[in-house]
Amino acid sequence: MKGLVPAWVGKPRLDPVLLILIMLIMAFGLFILYSASGPDMAVVERQAIRLGFGIFVMLAISQVPPRILRLWTPWLYGIGIALLLATWILGVGRGTQRWLDIGLLRFQPSEIMKLAVPMMVAWYLHPKVLPPGWKPVFVTLGIMLIPVLLIARQPDLGTSLLVAASGIFTLYLAGLRWRILFGFVGLATAAAPVLWLVMKEYQRDRVRTFLNPEADPLGHGWNIIQSKVAVGSGGLTGKGWLNGTQSHLEFIPERHTDFILAVLSEEFGLVGVTLLMLAYMLLIARGLYIASVARHTGSRLLAGALSLTVFVYVLVNGAMVAGVLPVVGVPLPLISYGGTSAVTLLAGFGMMMSIYGHRKFIK
Amino acid sequence: MIRFASDSTIKDERDERQLFNRRARIGFLIISLMMLVLLSRYVWLQIFAYDSFSTRSESNRVSVRPVVPNRGMIYDRRGRIIAENEPAYRLEIMPEKVPGKTAGLKALLDELSTLIDLDEDDRASFHRSRTHYRIFDSVPVKFNLSEREVARFAVNRHHLQGADVVPYLSRHYPYGELLTHVLGYTGRLDADDIASVDAGNYRGTRTIGKIGVEQFREKELHGTVGFERVETNASGRVLKVLERQDAIPGNDLVLSIDVAVQTAAWDALGDRPGSVVAIDPADGSLIALVSKPAYDPNAFVHGIGQQAYRDILNASGRPLFNRALSGGYEPGSTLKPFVGLAGLELGLVSAQTRVFSNGEFYIEGYSRPYRDWKDGGHGWVDIKSALEQSVNTYFYQLAMDMGIDRMHDYLSQFGFGAPTGIDVQGEGGGLLPSREWKLAIHEEPWYPGETVIAGIGQGFNVVTPLQLANAVATLVNGGIRYEPRLLYATKQAGIERARPATAPVALQVPVNDQQNWQTILDGMDRVVNGPRGTARGVAVDAHFRTAGKTGTAQVYTLGADKEYEEAEVAQHLRDHALFIAFAPVEAPRIAIAVVVEHGGAGSTNAAPIARATLDAWLDQELQWEPEP
Repeated sequence: MKGLVPAWVGKPRLDPVLLILIMLIMAFGLFILYSASGPDMAVVERQAIRLGFGIFVMLAISQVPPRILRLWTPWLYGIGIALLLATWILGVGRGTQRWLDIGLLRFQPSEIMKLAVPMMVAWYLHPKVLPPGWKPVFVTLGIMLIPVLLIARQPDLGTSLLVAASGIFTLYLAGLRWRILFGFVGLATAAAPVLWLVMKEYQRDRVRTFLNPEADPLGHGWNIIQSKVAVGSGGLTGKGWLNGTQSHLEFIPERHTDFILAVLSEEFGLVGVTLLMLAYMLLIARGLYIASVARHTGSRLLAGALSLTVFVYVLVNGAMVAGVLPVVGVPLPLISYGGTSAVTLLAGFGMMMSIYGHRKFIK
Repeated sequence: MIRFASDSTIKDERDERQLFNRRARIGFLIISLMMLVLLSRYVWLQIFAYDSFSTRSESNRVSVRPVVPNRGMIYDRRGRIIAENEPAYRLEIMPEKVPGKTAGLKALLDELSTLIDLDEDDRASFHRSRTHYRIFDSVPVKFNLSEREVARFAVNRHHLQGADVVPYLSRHYPYGELLTHVLGYTGRLDADDIASVDAGNYRGTRTIGKIGVEQFREKELHGTVGFERVETNASGRVLKVLERQDAIPGNDLVLSIDVAVQTAAWDALGDRPGSVVAIDPADGSLIALVSKPAYDPNAFVHGIGQQAYRDILNASGRPLFNRALSGGYEPGSTLKPFVGLAGLELGLVSAQTRVFSNGEFYIEGYSRPYRDWKDGGHGWVDIKSALEQSVNTYFYQLAMDMGIDRMHDYLSQFGFGAPTGIDVQGEGGGLLPSREWKLAIHEEPWYPGETVIAGIGQGFNVVTPLQLANAVATLVNGGIRYEPRLLYATKQAGIERARPATAPVALQVPVNDQQNWQTILDGMDRVVNGPRGTARGVAVDAHFRTAGKTGTAQVYTLGADKEYEEAEVAQHLRDHALFIAFAPVEAPRIAIAVVVEHGGAGSTNAAPIARATLDAWLDQELQWEPEP
């Protein structure tokens, strides 16, 4: 039978554990979105349709064997870079150039990079001897930095951070020596003042506001302060679903997108936050488990990096809502309103499922 | 096991898997720790700082908004509305809600001025008043928008973020300038005003009484602020009223002014600057208080522009100046009845005492003549004839016999030289000269010649029209001197019956002999009704009998306005015409003082104005009076 029929025609290859965790988080997210949007069922329906599409994409990708995915990897990466360059020249968007408008479709090429970079790095390191020597490390850094810089200049700090993190995680999981790793961390810290110089004014404002939100409580500090008030006033068990005054009286800005966690915290309290975080940790743990049972180096690195990247989303978003990180446009995975990031994430989970589902056949 | 990975050139699947698993475990450990750190932040926010954030969230949600009380209405003695509240619209901007900071605000104002008539003055006063408001308050930009402006704003509202048109009640004075010097006006509440009132009660109030009755009775007119606890969203829009305590409207006031009499006096004055004050001697209530020229108080209600204000300030005749209350005039011969009464009451003369007037009077040892107004004099005159014909010599002699000290002390009982105590601010006190006063102010001794001219109301004497009218009222009601009152009654909201106000008695002038007082009143009667009376013409065809006294004042200077007045003297050399009167003689119902600036002789210029005023009052009063 082997070789006669394409493998992916056979029984569906998915990981029920991953699927259930994803569905749980999504369902919770839709509940919160209903409250955060007003309540407005139409918003929930729109988001459900997007998530449904994402699930479809995930299941489709999960049927594609990892070997095919690896085959596509350089192409995907190349197209991604080309699109980023096109965005630079043709991009549309308010003040920033993130969007590419191709006829009917408007999308952010940077989203592709969230997948393409870890895929490309994994693809590159796949045949290499691990832990990687100096040369592979620098090539990897190159693969990562080109899109990161292109995205950062759009400017889209959040996405470039996520893309960079996915690349670094791949390197880390490939066994990058601690010495080098810490060297990079030290270098990045030293580069922070330089970063300040190249930042746009609005980005500097965000950092200033973050350092002292009370200096401008009605202007730039408003988001941070009102978000903290929402979280803090939620207490242990929250004000109850649909009863969050901070969100329903429109004190929380961006409450159905980047700050949806503030709504959750207000209405479901510490209990709700802890449960959600637990779900994310289980999701990440499952992802790492999938990676550890993968047969090939490339698959293993990809699955591991994608799992760890989910944590960056959660950490950055959670810290921003709690007022311990500046306002950076990083959504809460699978919960924030919006299609692009959810579809990207789900596509990533699809790859993990594919890796998990195909682990035996490769043997 | 020690490994030198970079040295190895052979891919070892098993090693790599172990390496990965180790890294994954360490990675998971690290992110678990980071997650704990993140959660500890949530624990801190939601457990330890819960109380503080909970309070902040509650105060976000609920705001307390003032409910502005309606200002009390003002009526005249006959129930005519003289100050009312009209529905109007004002334009407000909440600067915090305007996108784009200063540039955005400028753009918004530019845009608004294409829809609403906003001039530089309006913009400037908006920027000035901004500083007095809290950061989240709406700042009024323009009051009393026209219906067209409101409609134009409504159409464009969606792109005018931060601006709003708000309905309110605007003060309106239907009689305009006729009553300005009585009512005053309300104007924008400014920082100085806030310092002088209970700020809590003025939350939400935009205007306050600036002068006149509006200022003096501010407390009663304003009322008590109410409040509502409302749930608002982040843009300040009210979603729900949680609790409401209604405001208590200000009291309605009834003034003793009779608009019909006020109008008659106003019209009779014509274009001449001057003043008419009429008092009901029975209770000290003011029937008319005219000062001319005046200005339209409605212009001040919505905040008058700088240029418009300068125009009023510099207008000829100084319309801002309240002549009735603070105009200082030499009383001239109108002081004679009081000097005469002093002579009778002090026993210096009797009703029968006669003095020969040959046209000139000399102080012993001095060569300067003090003249009668009639060449060759009036011959032998008693006090009544002296009043009838205004014989100076009689009063020169009497003043010399009396001396300035006794004259000062007696006349001061009639309220000369001190404010009458009327219930508005800004009253002048006039001047009743004395030896001490001259020494203190001029650092000079008193000269006998000054006593002589003081006897006919000249020299240092200065009176206000209000003082003069009140002195007449005191004279005709047997020495009861009231503090004159504009307030006639107060009507509390929700209570049907008005509470009458009474004028306090300032002093009962001691009466030695009732006959002396009657003698003076008879003398004043002869001024109007006697064969040689100086104001004979004034009584023609009247339904009542009038008594009075004419006066002519040399153009004079007063106090702080000295320089200005002196400048006017150069232009207007004519004397001021004065007339005091009361009627009906048998039972006086009105006492009046008229001053016409640069009017010349009192008899021909001031007396007819008094007559018109008396007619307007007595035609009503005598008709109305039910016979007991």
